[in-house]
Amino acid sequence: MTNHTERPGMFGPYGGSYIPETLAPSVAHLIAAYAAVKDDKSFWDELAALQASFIGRPTALTHAKRLTAQCGGAQIYLKREDLAHTGAHKINNALGQGLLAKRMGKKRIIAETGAGQHGVATASVCALLGMECVVYMGVDDIERQKPNVFRMRLMGAEVRGVTSGSRTLKDAINEAMRDWVSNPDSYYLLGSALGPHPYPTMVRDFQSIIGCEAHYQIIAAAGRLPDLIIACVGGGSNSIGMFHSFLEYPGIKMRGVEAGGRSITLGNHAARFEGGSKGVLQGSYTYILQNSDGQISSTHSISAGLDYAAIGPEHAMLHDQGRVSYVSIDDEQALDGFQALSKLEGIIPALESAHAIADAMRVAPTMAPDQIILVNLSGRGDKDIFSVADVLGVSL
Amino acid sequence: MRTIQQTFARLKSEQRGALMPYLMVGYPELHSLEEYALALQDAGADLFEIGVPFSDPLADGATIQRASEVALQNGVNVGFAIASVATLRKQGVHVPLVMMGYYNPFLQYGLARFAQDAAAAGVSGVIVPDLPPEEAGPFQQVLKLQGIDFIMFLAPTTPDARIKQIVSVASGFVYCVSLTGVTGARSELWDGLAGFIQRARSFTDLPLVVGFGISTPNHVRTVAQCADGAIVASALINIIDKTPAGERTTKLVEYMQSLRPNI
Repeated sequence: MTNHTERPGMFGPYGGSYIPETLAPSVAHLIAAYAAVKDDKSFWDELAALQASFIGRPTALTHAKRLTAQCGGAQIYLKREDLAHTGAHKINNALGQGLLAKRMGKKRIIAETGAGQHGVATASVCALLGMECVVYMGVDDIERQKPNVFRMRLMGAEVRGVTSGSRTLKDAINEAMRDWVSNPDSYYLLGSALGPHPYPTMVRDFQSIIGCEAHYQIIAAAGRLPDLIIACVGGGSNSIGMFHSFLEYPGIKMRGVEAGGRSITLGNHAARFEGGSKGVLQGSYTYILQNSDGQISSTHSISAGLDYAAIGPEHAMLHDQGRVSYVSIDDEQALDGFQALSKLEGIIPALESAHAIADAMRVAPTMAPDQIILVNLSGRGDKDIFSVADVLGVSL
Repeated sequence: MRTIQQTFARLKSEQRGALMPYLMVGYPELHSLEEYALALQDAGADLFEIGVPFSDPLADGATIQRASEVALQNGVNVGFAIASVATLRKQGVHVPLVMMGYYNPFLQYGLARFAQDAAAAGVSGVIVPDLPPEEAGPFQQVLKLQGIDFIMFLAPTTPDARIKQIVSVASGFVYCVSLTGVTGARSELWDGLAGFIQRARSFTDLPLVVGFGISTPNHVRTVAQCADGAIVASALINIIDKTPAGERTTKLVEYMQSLRPNI
């Protein structure tokens, strides 16, 4: 489906490569390097070995029986990316790109991070492969994700606070790109399926292991494919990684869950399809949150990882095609999902993933008990306990 | 009103290089541009780069980022920038005015509508730092129809084959980025600059104008030895920032006059 595009890096009209000229040669070099490893079996063998020995793949598939009983409807299965090393799906991409960077002879890695999960994954991979690591993070995100900041530093990464703009993920990406413009020999390890070509394609490829595993696991566990797949969508890497293997089955419905934040007025959420429009941000033409002058709007979500003004370009195409439905879950619903999964299943989800859980809880009762919902539990919630305790009025 | 081409032709006949100050629309006050431009033209500005603020200027350093935030708070948008250019023309600013801004605000304004309105206001060229030639087609086309030059960038990292490709579709002048990095005043120019400009020169007769990091008379003199013009941006903003409101025009003029003999 995604192969019928006009030129590489385009998803229908979306995607492209809107970057300063200084970066054009670095991006061209990256495109060539990725194309070279794509057909190189030794690269994928090396990656597969580390996926098993370092990340701990395959991650489990869990039948959430008590949550299912509570909702009263479809059977809910969880793809357990929270069990991946460093606690989220981000490591899949960080490891893939880290190996690519190593093959390209890169010694210094730049990354941005929102919730801190991509930063932690990148720091871990850099420690594994012996590369220098600089992570840009908005100071507001540093405040709400302190444990992850400390993790990155423990693993030898330098975390640089970003004070410009809204001091969140978008500004961390700006700062990472400025670093890359200044140091084009460094490798920019972008953490989601967004930005200029080849990132949306490459990140999707490295994340598609999620859907590949879930595909055979759900057949083994339930004897058939799911009726509905749900994943949260910030930039869109865990969701595209989950969706991709299933896109060819038209009978499988899919829902991408965006952050509804406090309310659906501009500046209070990160629901790009519900409240956004088409435009260019940070390398891609896609749906973005902006005002009528084309200035990028600030966003809000209780989860730092969904708090971003643009969505990956492949999602923009899937949205327009009607292949995936995009819905939103607000802060309060996400907190309900967070607590429900913790209490009923003994699994504390990341606040990002709690958006997908909350949507599953909303939809499951409308479905029959012989139907199956597959939810991508993209990360674990240890990083979020301080901010959740804060909201719940508990002092730790 | 002179075109970019006429301007460089005249400068060439006078054996001078172009001095091109950058002013951001709406910085530090909404109508500041209209206070400064005519005086700077009289002080020797050969062209102006008129900055249109964007919320996420990823090719810019701290100085222009901050100026952008202020200009946006002051209420600047693309429509206002076009109206400001029209005002400058009425005031008697006749040198080429080249609008510089990131792609999304132009895209939301409407590319064809922008080209029409900008041409009517007297915009001579457009510079878009996040629009490489691969993506520039639609905008370049509508600008061309209105006689507005789309200015292309070359960077020190641009390989020869790509330089060739870029200059073959460039018009007006070519913006040569003086260093591998973001905008912002720096104490030293990159020592590879002359070699880079020479390399670019071997592929084109278009005027080569150098920008990024140029702030002192010495820098301007060095640039003049190898290129056809120099852009001064963050240094002007720094002067505005450290000067009391009533004296800014005078200080900017003095600064321009200190650069002028060197190019």
